[in-house]
Amino acid sequence: MSARQRVLIRGGRVVDGSGERVADVAISDGRIAAVEPNLEPKSGDRVLDAAGCLVMPGLVDIHTHLRQPGKEEAETIETGARAAALGGYTCVLAMPNTTPAIDSAGVVREVLELGQGTCCDVRTSAAITMGRAGEQLTPMAELAELGVRFFTDDGNGVQDVRLMRRAMEYANGLGLTLAQHCEDEALSAGGHMNEGEVSARIGIPGVPAEAEELMVMRDIALARLTGARVHFQHLSTQGSVAMVRAAKGGGLHVTCEATPHHFTLTDERCASFDPVFKVNPPLRTEADVAAVRAGLADGSIDCIATDHAPHAPEAKEQPFDEAPPGMLGLQTALALALTHLALAPADLVGLLAARPAAILGVEDIHGGPVESGRPANLCVVDPAATWVVSGTKLASRSRNTPYEGMKLTGQVRHTLLWGEPVVVDAEAQR
Amino acid sequence: MKHLLGVADLSAAEIDHLLGLTDHFVEVTRRRMPKVPALQGRTVSWLFYEDSTRTRLSFEQAAKRLSADTLSFTVSSSSVRKGESLRDTALTIEAMGVDAIVVRHRSAGVPAQVARWVSASVINAGDGWHEHPTQALLDCYTIREHLGSLDGHRIAIVGDIAHSRVARSDVWAFTKLGAEVTVVAPPTLLPPSLAGWPVRVEVDLDRVLPDVDVVYLLRMQQERMTEALIPSLREYTARWGLTRRRVELLDEKAIVMHPGPMNRGVEIAADVADLSRAVVIDQVRNGVAVRMAVLYDLLGSGSDLGGRP
Repeated sequence: MSARQRVLIRGGRVVDGSGERVADVAISDGRIAAVEPNLEPKSGDRVLDAAGCLVMPGLVDIHTHLRQPGKEEAETIETGARAAALGGYTCVLAMPNTTPAIDSAGVVREVLELGQGTCCDVRTSAAITMGRAGEQLTPMAELAELGVRFFTDDGNGVQDVRLMRRAMEYANGLGLTLAQHCEDEALSAGGHMNEGEVSARIGIPGVPAEAEELMVMRDIALARLTGARVHFQHLSTQGSVAMVRAAKGGGLHVTCEATPHHFTLTDERCASFDPVFKVNPPLRTEADVAAVRAGLADGSIDCIATDHAPHAPEAKEQPFDEAPPGMLGLQTALALALTHLALAPADLVGLLAARPAAILGVEDIHGGPVESGRPANLCVVDPAATWVVSGTKLASRSRNTPYEGMKLTGQVRHTLLWGEPVVVDAEAQR
Repeated sequence: MKHLLGVADLSAAEIDHLLGLTDHFVEVTRRRMPKVPALQGRTVSWLFYEDSTRTRLSFEQAAKRLSADTLSFTVSSSSVRKGESLRDTALTIEAMGVDAIVVRHRSAGVPAQVARWVSASVINAGDGWHEHPTQALLDCYTIREHLGSLDGHRIAIVGDIAHSRVARSDVWAFTKLGAEVTVVAPPTLLPPSLAGWPVRVEVDLDRVLPDVDVVYLLRMQQERMTEALIPSLREYTARWGLTRRRVELLDEKAIVMHPGPMNRGVEIAADVADLSRAVVIDQVRNGVAVRMAVLYDLLGSGSDLGGRP
C-alpha cells in the first residue's frame, strides 16, 4: 500500500508525553489527521484494531548494531530494520563498528542508502576516530553535511584523553554530539564478565565496574573543560549513574542511556558459561541493576537504548572468553520495560521515544506528541499480551537473545512509518 | 551422575561414593594383572585443547585398566583459531561413537558447554581457572590415605589462588568433607572476591604453618611476574615458598602436597619435595584409581564390578 492511503487506528488509548486518553487516530498523507474518540472510518480507510492497546509515538533506538557493511551473516540493515519495526521502533541509529568502520562519506552514504525502503527510519552515527583506532579524528564537518549528528567509537572508548578533549572541542563547535562507550582498556583488558563474587567463583577473568566509571569520571571532567555535549552509552554501574546524576546537578550538558539487559539481568547468568550472556559492558550485580532502574525512574538516565548486537550462532558457540560480546535487543526492549520497570506508560514513552529522539535531534519526526499534523510514526502495543521469547522466531538474522524461553508481557501489534503500516498484527509487512 | 563438570556441583555423599569406589580400583592397580573388563566395548575420547601430559596419561591409564577403547583429539592452541566452532568439534567427536568425552581447555566453562551439546558423558579435566575435579578427588583420597579422613583437619592452600582451577576444586572438596581450609597468598593472587568461599584468608604463611595438617602448594607460573602481580619469583619464594626453614614450623605428622608439575626452588625447596612427608607421588598414583572410579561411575553398568575388584 502507498503512504497516501488513509489509516484509522481504532479503539486504543493514546499515550504520549502529555498523558493518556481514549482516542482513535486518523492518518492521511503520512501525517496524523485527527486524534479524537469514536472516529468513523471513511470508505477506503484501512482500519487497524487497537482495542485494549496503547497507541504511542514510534520508539527511537540510539544504539543499534546493524552489522552492515561487513558482518552480513549476523545482520543486515534490512533485517535489523524489520526487527526494529516489530519491536515498535520507527527510528534506529546504526553504530559505526562495521567493517569498514563508518568513518567516511562513502560508508555513511552506503548505510543510508541501504536503509531506504526498509521498515524503519535508519539513521547512522559515525566514528569519532578513523577506523575507530583512537588516533585521528574523522571528517566530522563533512559527515555532518550528510546528516550525521552523533559520533562515537562504540565498541571501544576513546582512550587518549588529549584526543578526546580535541574531539569534544571540534564537535561542540559544529553543534554535534559525542557519545562515549566508557571503558578504560588498561583496566578492563583480559576481562570477559563483571569482576566480583561470581567471576571469582567460576574463574572467568573479570572487568571491574571502575573500568567504566573511570572513563565516565574523565569525560565529565572534559565536558566541564570544553563545554561540549556528551552522551554516555550503556551505563551499567551504580557509580556511573551516581556520577552522571551529580554532573547534571552541576549543570553540565551530559546525557546517558541504559540497556534493557542492564536493568533486567545480573552477572549470576554467566555462571552457566553460556556466551549468550556475554556483553560489554558486562551484566553487573543486583545493586547495579537497582541503581539503573532508579536512574531511569528519576531521570538521571535519559533513555533506554537497546545496544542490539547480533552475532551469528557459530560466534556464540565458542568458549565464553573467545565469544564476541553482545545480545539482541530490538524486539524485547519494550516488553522488558513494561514488565520490569514500575513506570507509567507516559514515562516509558519518554524513555523509549521522546528523549532518545531529542538526543538524536529527530524530535520533529519521531517520538513527539500524538497530535494532528505530526508525522504518523507510531506504534500500537498490547500491554497485557504475553509471549515467550524464541531466538529463532525473531526477525534478526541472529538469535542471540538472553531471554530465550522467558515469558514477557507487552507485545507490539502495529507499527506505522510515515503513516504506512509496516507491522500489522505483529507481522512485518515488508 | 551423568557428567563430572565440577566439585561445586557434587554433594559430600557423591564425593564419598567416588572415594569408596576408588578403594576398589586401588586394589585392582596393585594386582599383577591390573586390569578389569568393566568398560569393555565402551569408548572414551580425549578432547584436549591445552597441553597436558600428566592428566592425559593418567586418564589414559585409567581407561585402559578398565578395558575401554580410547580416541584422542588434541588441538594445538594455534589450530584452534582456524575456525571450527567448539560445538562442531564436539559433535564431530560424538558422531564417531564415544561414550565419554574428557575435556581440557584453557577457557573456563568449556566442559559445561560441551555437555549441553552432546549426549555422551563429559568429564572436566581442567577448564581455565574454573575447576579440575579429578585433581580434587585424588587430593581428597590422598589426604584420607595419610590422615584417615578430612573431617576436622586443617588444610592450607598456598599460592596463586586467583588463577588456579585446582584451588577452586580443592576448596569445595575439602570443605564439603569437613576440613577447615585457609588460603594463603600474596594479596594480588587472591580472587577479586572471596564472598561465598568457606575459607579463612591469611597473607603470612609462617603464622599458618604450625596449625595445619596439610600444606597444599600451588604451582607458581612465570607469567604472573610479567603481569606485575608479584615483584619477583625471589620475593615470592622468600615469603610464600615452602623452604627448609618453614618445614620446621609444621607439625611432625603434617603432610605436603602439590598438584605438579613442581617448580623446585620456587614454591617448594628441592629437598623439601623429597621429604617423606611430601606425598606428591602418592597423589599421582592415586590419580589413576580415582579416574578409574569416575569413568566407572559414569559409564559402568554397575554389574561388572561385583565383588571381583
